Amino acid sequence: MVRSISFFLTLALFWLLLSGMFTPFLLAAGAGSAFAVALIARRMDLLDHEGHPVQLAWGAVLSYWPWLLKEIVKSAWDVSRRILDPRLPIAPTLAEFAPSQKTDLGLVIHANSITLTPGTVAVEVAAGRFLVHALTREGAAGLAGSEMDRRCAALERP
Amino acid sequence: MLAAATLALLATIALALLRAALGPTVFDRLQAANSIGTVAMLLLAVFGFLRGRPDFLDLALVYGLLNVIGVIAILKFFRQGDLGADEESR
Amino acid sequence: MNEILPFLGGLGLLAGAGFCLVGAVGLLRMPDFYTRMHAASVIETLGAGLILCGLLLQAGFTLVGAKLLMIGLLIFFASPTASHALARAALLRGLKPKLASPEDK
Repeated sequence: MVRSISFFLTLALFWLLLSGMFTPFLLAAGAGSAFAVALIARRMDLLDHEGHPVQLAWGAVLSYWPWLLKEIVKSAWDVSRRILDPRLPIAPTLAEFAPSQKTDLGLVIHANSITLTPGTVAVEVAAGRFLVHALTREGAAGLAGSEMDRRCAALERP
Repeated sequence: MLAAATLALLATIALALLRAALGPTVFDRLQAANSIGTVAMLLLAVFGFLRGRPDFLDLALVYGLLNVIGVIAILKFFRQGDLGADEESR
Repeated sequence: MNEILPFLGGLGLLAGAGFCLVGAVGLLRMPDFYTRMHAASVIETLGAGLILCGLLLQAGFTLVGAKLLMIGLLIFFASPTASHALARAALLRGLKPKLASPEDK
């Protein structure tokens, strides 16, 4: 029930954002549409722990995003320098390692974070086995047991 | 500054188009198409600001949604030759 | 004060556009598909992020700013999914990545 209400509020907010008009008719139409979609999604059993993850440790999420942003800027700067270097100093590597997350959602967040960081792309994703293509050897070496791994594991709640 | 950014984004699209034309594999072309989609989205946003019409942002939003779905649909089509195929029964 | 924020926004815009260009150059320079993917992710993260931040500073806290944030979230959630799908499809198709030999430094 908490999930459905939170989903309804998210949809209503999205409507307000896109319409930007606050006449009574449009507000009512938005609330009606959001309610209908929430109802249908509930009937289709789409609102589970993956479709609308309200159970995540949101305090950890809020501290994770700025940290991830910092990592992205750092590695994007590094990759840009390598691209512009006339010698093109890259050493593409495939690395395999075991992530420590237990739930599917935690694994997906970890894999998405790896892919979002320039210089590493998660190629195969399964429980207990990530295959990652890295642009440099250092990037591949720093994957197993990294701080990202630890932080993503801290986000999960069953 | 907005005009300069617009020009730089157009140049980015031109370079990505060159990569799409060079190939050599279908995945290179798809990668280039994906990048062009992202940059086109940014271009729409910047151009909207340049002309003082921020309603272009709605177009950018829709373009972004379609871009992702498009890339994944084309990938699926190339892998299975069928958009409705089941992922597991490959 | 009212002058400095749009100016910073303009700088962010230029820097973001510059990073997009760098990413496109990488798209052309990199030797194989998997390495090109890293160049493309520079466009999708730092390029897009800086441009959207620049526009956000020029727009301020309005509905337009909220839409810009929405676009940013969309890029940051969806683009890694597309990249991962591409890389996985390429690997399943048997496209071998060019790897560096383990010894040479």
